[in-house]
Amino acid sequence: MARLPGTADVSGLPPEQAPDLTAAPEAAQAEVPPELVAQSLGEYFRAWLARIAAGESGVLPVIVAMAAIVLVFGAISPNHVFLLPVNLVNLFQQSAVFMVLAMAEGFALVLGEIDLSVGFVGACGAAITVQLVQPLTTNWHWTLAILAGVLFCAAFGVIQGTLITRLRLPSFIVTLAGYLIANGLFLWILNFGPFSGYPNLAGFSDNLHVIYYLMWGTIDPNVSWGLAAAVVLGLGGWMWYSDRRRRTSGLVAPPASLTLIKIGLIAVVAVVVVAICNTNRASLGVLEGVPWVIPIVLAVLVAWTILLQRTRYGRYVYAIGGNPEAARRAGINLALIRTAAFALCSLTAGIGMLLYASLLGGMSNNVQGGQYVLYAVAAAVIGGTSLFGGRGKALHGVLGGLVIGGIYNGMFLMGLSVQWEYVVTGLVLLAAVTIDSLSRRGAATGSVARV
Amino acid sequence: MAAVASTTATGEPLLKIRELDKHFGPVQALYHVDLDLPSGQVTALVGDNGAGKTVLTKCVAGIYQPDHGQVFWESHPVHIRNARDAARLGIETVYQDLALADNLDIVQNMFLGRERVNAGLLDEDSMERSAAETLASLRVTTVRSIRQPVASLSGGQRQSVAVAKAVMWNSKLVIMDEPTAALGVVQTKQVLDLIKRLRDRGLAVMVISHNLNDVFEVADRIAVLYLGRLVVQDKASAFDRQSVVEYMTTGGTTRSGGTPTRNS
Repeated sequence: MARLPGTADVSGLPPEQAPDLTAAPEAAQAEVPPELVAQSLGEYFRAWLARIAAGESGVLPVIVAMAAIVLVFGAISPNHVFLLPVNLVNLFQQSAVFMVLAMAEGFALVLGEIDLSVGFVGACGAAITVQLVQPLTTNWHWTLAILAGVLFCAAFGVIQGTLITRLRLPSFIVTLAGYLIANGLFLWILNFGPFSGYPNLAGFSDNLHVIYYLMWGTIDPNVSWGLAAAVVLGLGGWMWYSDRRRRTSGLVAPPASLTLIKIGLIAVVAVVVVAICNTNRASLGVLEGVPWVIPIVLAVLVAWTILLQRTRYGRYVYAIGGNPEAARRAGINLALIRTAAFALCSLTAGIGMLLYASLLGGMSNNVQGGQYVLYAVAAAVIGGTSLFGGRGKALHGVLGGLVIGGIYNGMFLMGLSVQWEYVVTGLVLLAAVTIDSLSRRGAATGSVARV
Repeated sequence: MAAVASTTATGEPLLKIRELDKHFGPVQALYHVDLDLPSGQVTALVGDNGAGKTVLTKCVAGIYQPDHGQVFWESHPVHIRNARDAARLGIETVYQDLALADNLDIVQNMFLGRERVNAGLLDEDSMERSAAETLASLRVTTVRSIRQPVASLSGGQRQSVAVAKAVMWNSKLVIMDEPTAALGVVQTKQVLDLIKRLRDRGLAVMVISHNLNDVFEVADRIAVLYLGRLVVQDKASAFDRQSVVEYMTTGGTTRSGGTPTRNS
């Protein structure tokens, strides 16, 4: 073996005792997720701390950000209005749009691409839905109208994805063009019918009501508790069962105490959310119960989590994001997987902007599709999705969306004008990208042997 | 036909290449190459830069299509049109860049493209068990957890995972491109031991290497490419360092040892 001059005798040891220069040093060891090697809770937390010290912070930054938002806005908002149930529910509703858009953007980001068109493509889909349910014109059933809206979005995504994968055009440019085209289409769609460009959801029609209730409808408080219990028991039971099965068959599994803590945290979150939502938040009369939008967001989260974590399709998305060449050699059809990801991204954006239309009670040319794209990217990255591809989960979009929603809501309550909201969101995005970039650099220098 | 091509005691070599030609535009990358790869033996393919080692490998792996010539697999003529054809025959290639996805864990990488599914969902438990068995059978025991991302592995561990990935599919021929190029002393030894274990399992192994230390450490047979021609192949014991270097640099030798397949 050729050695560099001057390094040959530094150790003065025979070869078999010489230090193994290619062995992964401590920093790389710390990259190992703690649940894989820890046998007990104590070991787990030590490994976790080591991992954070090495720059692999996981969801910690987003949790810290959430805590900071709650503490700061809770303290400084007038009369602590930020923490009132009425505002917190409002915050969930506003954040839901960011969450779903961030989950959409996640498909592009995990591939190492970006989709700038989500805001206006989603807005087109939502405008189509809102137009189709209008009793004065087409009066479609709400299921068909929603289907038409999201299918339009999916088709738009297929076209963008095809251009990106087959013609090898950069996603940044293709989706920038898609953003402009969708913006134009959106304004065009709005002008149909006798609504002067403002089709809304007010009026006497079941179809209108259903779209409106996506955001504003509430579930009976008792049913809310029942649903929350079902979710916690179902999810917790499944986690407990699968972890126990893995433990008993000798596979890699977290310690039982850790599984219990995770289930406990899910239960606490469920109880807190339902308790907040079940408080009567109307100043006159009764307004209580969990808004429909929470189970809707949960359903999207569960569906995309299963797709990305538990199916071949999801595995291939991560593989392409991590190493496209490896994926190609493994016989994966890259063009198909990527095109489908752009279609899913646009489809999910359609769901997100439909919730936005419901929040606004209609569609108008005031929709800030461009700004919402940036919020979607920001939310995904803040939640822990990497801008460099290969890393990210649907859950990251939900957590990041809550942070963006919290800032948005808190700044509004403070009476700060919109320019400050932009500045703060931009700063938070910068912080998130910095953390993402630093952790990546830490990982890269950590394993010397990476070539 | 190559008279000196050594065959195993069982007769025909696993893979037999005859008169293989490949050109890229005006460049003749391979010219009338004959090569035998017998089971249970490590064949080292050596040659200077540009001799055509990688092209030959890619012809066998189905990445390139040869212009002329025949390939016999277990004595039957075959056409390997793509990587899937090669995999179906039992040919697996470990490229120099290893083709591992850093963000996926060891199990996920080993099963990439061939995941087991159960009712539409990935059957992680079954895949993890099989991956663990394969790694254990190759005595790759230094990894801390089979579920750690490949990004956290050392160079030798990554190489071991790539090899384990290749042998998991009942492969009969494993081709390795510069398996020790990026490794330190200890890790090189790990990988060479791994190659010997593959041979002991009865696999045919073809190793491309520049490092003659490694070649003489591990190879049963040596084949030398020189400017697209396979100038010699024989038992490793028929060569010494000097003669291999001469074959690599001049295409012939002035010394005894190693019998040229063809006067070039």
